[in-house]
Amino acid sequence: ISNNMTSSSNLSNMRRLVEQLKLEASVERIKVSQAAAELQQYCLQNAGKDALLVGVPTGSNPFREPRSCAVV
Amino acid sequence: QKVLVELKITFSQCSKNERNYKTTSRKYMRSPLSPEMATQEVQLNETLAHLKTESENLKSKLEEERAKLHDVELHQVAEKVEGLGQFIMKTRRTLKGHGNKVLCMDWCKDKRRIVSSSQDGKVIVWDAFTTNKEHAVTMPCTWVMACAYAPSGCAVACGGLDNKCSVYPLSLDKNENLAAKKKSVAMHTNYLSACSFTNSDMQILTSSGDGTCALWDVESGQLLQSFHGHAADVLCLDLAPSETGNTFVSGGCDKKANVWDMRSGQCIQSFETHESDINSVRYYPSGDAFASGSDDATCRLYDLRADREVAIYSKESIIFGVSSVDFSLSGRLLFGGYNDYTINVWDVLKGTRVSILFGHENRVSTLRVSPDGTAFCTGSWDHTLRIWA
Repeated sequence: ISNNMTSSSNLSNMRRLVEQLKLEASVERIKVSQAAAELQQYCLQNAGKDALLVGVPTGSNPFREPRSCAVV
Repeated sequence: QKVLVELKITFSQCSKNERNYKTTSRKYMRSPLSPEMATQEVQLNETLAHLKTESENLKSKLEEERAKLHDVELHQVAEKVEGLGQFIMKTRRTLKGHGNKVLCMDWCKDKRRIVSSSQDGKVIVWDAFTTNKEHAVTMPCTWVMACAYAPSGCAVACGGLDNKCSVYPLSLDKNENLAAKKKSVAMHTNYLSACSFTNSDMQILTSSGDGTCALWDVESGQLLQSFHGHAADVLCLDLAPSETGNTFVSGGCDKKANVWDMRSGQCIQSFETHESDINSVRYYPSGDAFASGSDDATCRLYDLRADREVAIYSKESIIFGVSSVDFSLSGRLLFGGYNDYTINVWDVLKGTRVSILFGHENRVSTLRVSPDGTAFCTGSWDHTLRIWA
């Protein structure tokens, strides 16, 4: 008797899983070469603004300044 | 009598076959081993097996489709890019004040304030420039695993073992008791692992040990959408940069990273390549990819449009789990906080480690780059937070 109860909840779980997998399989994909090229392009385009990457002119990074100079 | 009741309940569960059994149930109630029931069970098992095969086939098809487009590795594409030089990043500030492990932190949009939460139940708001504490709240629970700053800078959200996410408006009056104005927003059935405001103070996204994520209205506390799909505790989440639309990514103990549509509640993409719990997920600044950090000692990069993992950041010498990851402003650097007390800095494009930072005296549990990318902050089990630049 209890077999029927677990079977039918397993059934609805499995149905949901199959529907989810169908959805994921239908996603439109691009080639890794194209995706990688675009990630790289974003990095290079924004590198100039990236303070942790290229550093900033002395005095303009508030954390690099000594604490005694408190700018209010 | 008992047997009759049991049979009735069983039949009502099988909704598909309810119509068949309603008229004939009385006739067969007397015998639990009716031929109809046996047939029914066989039918269910056959359908179950059929669905199982279908799901296995779909999984292989998914892998096949993904593999077809795997024509090159990210680091190969990046071969011609100039290598990065030496990095000089040091601890510039140390924030002391927590009485126990720091578990989480978040930056305010003003790029100088920080909220942090700890195992001792305290949530502290700091001015990172001066290291002064501006506010402190004591939560009614220990292990406050999640905290977040509101976009306006006027409130903070936090939660943990209390299974809730609460919002505290920050008062300009330092003497005011913040706890009095507390607003309970989210209710889960297990611990709160992460929380984040959406692009306004009005909505909060949460993830929980109960295996779900949820979107809440702050004012009313109403549940707006729930996200089901993880098979175990959800440990982390990150919202897509606002330009890319209404999605977020979550990571969990089921080793999966799921990308969700916030409006429909649907899981739109799922990635399962890590070998252990995913402790941290963070979107690449363009929104086209995200990084993850795991107990398997690796960080990985997943591209959403290629729908696959495109890089692994690992070294044989790194054997401790990653607790937290974040990108520098341009996405070129990936910072990872590790359970071996260090921070490893990776070249995202080339896949190599460019720096290793020492300083904390226990696990690094949380790491976030500041909103304008001038510094990053780490929190640790050594009770302190450090600002690096």
